[in-house]
Amino acid sequence: MLSFILRRIFQSVLVLLVVGLVAFAMFRFVGDPIDTMLGQERTMEDIDRLREVLGLNKPFFLQYWDFLVRAVQGDLGISYRQGRPVAEIIVERLPATLELALVSGFIALFAGIVLGIFTAIRRDGWAANTIMTVSLIGVSLPTFLIGVLLIYGFGVGLEIPLPFTDATINTGGMPTFGRGDTVDLGWWTTGFLTTDGLRSIILPAITLGLYQMTLIMRLVRAEMLEVLRADYIRFARARGLKDRAINFRHALKNTMVPVITVTGLQLGSIIAFAIITETVFQWPGVGLLFINAIQFVDIPVMAAYLMLISVMFVCINLIVDLLYVAIDPRLRVDGKTA
Amino acid sequence: MTDTPETPVKPAAPAPRPMGRFARAMDSDVGYAFRRSPVAIISSTVTVIMVLAAIFAPLIAPHDPFNPATLNLLNGLTPPGVPSAFTGDTFILGTDDQGRDIFSTILYGLRISLFVGFAAVTFALVLGVTLGLIAAYVGGWTETIIMRIADIQLTFPSILVAMLIFGIAKGITPIEYRDQVAIAVLILAIGLSDWVQFARVVRGATLVEKNKEYVQAARLIGRSSFVIMGRHILPNVLSPVLVIATISLALAIIAEATLSFLGVGAPPTQPSLGTLIRIGQTFLFSGNWWILVFPAATLLILALSVNLLGDWLRDALNPRLR
Repeated sequence: MLSFILRRIFQSVLVLLVVGLVAFAMFRFVGDPIDTMLGQERTMEDIDRLREVLGLNKPFFLQYWDFLVRAVQGDLGISYRQGRPVAEIIVERLPATLELALVSGFIALFAGIVLGIFTAIRRDGWAANTIMTVSLIGVSLPTFLIGVLLIYGFGVGLEIPLPFTDATINTGGMPTFGRGDTVDLGWWTTGFLTTDGLRSIILPAITLGLYQMTLIMRLVRAEMLEVLRADYIRFARARGLKDRAINFRHALKNTMVPVITVTGLQLGSIIAFAIITETVFQWPGVGLLFINAIQFVDIPVMAAYLMLISVMFVCINLIVDLLYVAIDPRLRVDGKTA
Repeated sequence: MTDTPETPVKPAAPAPRPMGRFARAMDSDVGYAFRRSPVAIISSTVTVIMVLAAIFAPLIAPHDPFNPATLNLLNGLTPPGVPSAFTGDTFILGTDDQGRDIFSTILYGLRISLFVGFAAVTFALVLGVTLGLIAAYVGGWTETIIMRIADIQLTFPSILVAMLIFGIAKGITPIEYRDQVAIAVLILAIGLSDWVQFARVVRGATLVEKNKEYVQAARLIGRSSFVIMGRHILPNVLSPVLVIATISLALAIIAEATLSFLGVGAPPTQPSLGTLIRIGQTFLFSGNWWILVFPAATLLILALSVNLLGDWLRDALNPRLR
């Protein structure tokens, strides 16, 4: 058990070191930092001095070490494009992304589990079949297309004629651009405290959560169907327990183990896919920052984003692994081989 | 048997003809499953039609969207199926703001999307299969390093990896060449983000195969490792690769469209379906829905049919599900 945890932590640190190396190599070899920082008018002395200041004359691995130390201390360099410290820009942008991820994660989890249970219990009903078919389209639909279609349907709006009258109803009117009004709490800006902010988060959050929702739904359904076939469920039925008790007390509990793992891992992809959603809705988070950095080849921002997201991913994976061991006693017995 | 005048006992039995390759394929287990599955028939038909339309785009397209001489600005923003108010020309799917026929741009966009998709999957397949074979056959440090890299890469969603590779490649390329190499960079980025699946599956299958007698026999008669891997093991580990390749194709098409939509993919000079959707989005609020909706629908149908085909193939080739 302990060796399993230690090995997982060692692996995580290894991943972070490799990612750090990639990020550092980007800094060092994609474009010459001296070129980028000094203008056309420069002398050899300027170049040598800056080389000294930046430590570029040291051996490669010493430079890498310096880079890591600075990164841990929060010094991620200066954005080529905005001329401000990258760490400052990221701290400013992070609340937007985290709020979006939180809301869409909640939508995905809640709707996914509810629909999953429903489609498993009523597996041959027309409603369940319809949901399953629609979810197949949902899986094939790229995230950005969902966003664009939602903007078209609820932002621009369609004129739908009301029956028996000449009037039409417009489905549009939802905000589709940015975060709306936010409240600055000093270290955190939130959109949760204003109506405009809350309205603004709905469409992006649905866009981001829809794919995860279909995934969770299909998983819950598959697990549930598996569990409902198990012997102990049949015995529970034989004992004359109510359907409700069987489905929710006995079956659902055993369905939850894989759901927790997958959900945890999906949290990482929510943050990654936020890049797409943020671009579609011009949501001012770190994902939009990253896309703009790629477009303008702003290497420090790209490297910082890479490191930030890998820390998140590695932590999430680690926690999910540990959680899995904590939840499933079967893993604890042969934990050494896991 | 051929000249029996009486009515045969089994009336439906035709005279056995030597079967062609296609007929033999249709007569196999997979072929039987194919004929029995409407989903497989429809999705493969749609895929084939789209591929053919992309290949023969210059012959089918009513206009050449990249030749400014054939464009008439007066045709700009003509709705689908309605004659233009100025010139009287009719466009089946409408035009964009510069008078380009949307139907033609979709055909050419499909071309680029499919080309990038196929090329990226081919690249990922060759790379992944090679590394997977080597990892399993050679073992030791080589295997550890290859599979560790694969594990680390698998920690991250492939779209993120592709974006990052695209960004780095863009940084290395001098500005004046960026648009020219964008498609190649896109293929490289998507391919490199997708090789892990192939490597893992091939490695798993090779680990099983390499201890079988035929491999030992080949080794005993002194064939080189290279020949054993390429000629003897490879054909035996390819069937799961086919399934992954089909599913990867759908993912690669979507990845390409996503990157292009985000503005970090195909340049406006070589618009793919994603680029067209990106352009179409800017016209959404002015009510010119057709510039967005038709490319989006094309992408959706393409992704859906390739996806369904991959799903079906996975089930059909999986002996446990029969």
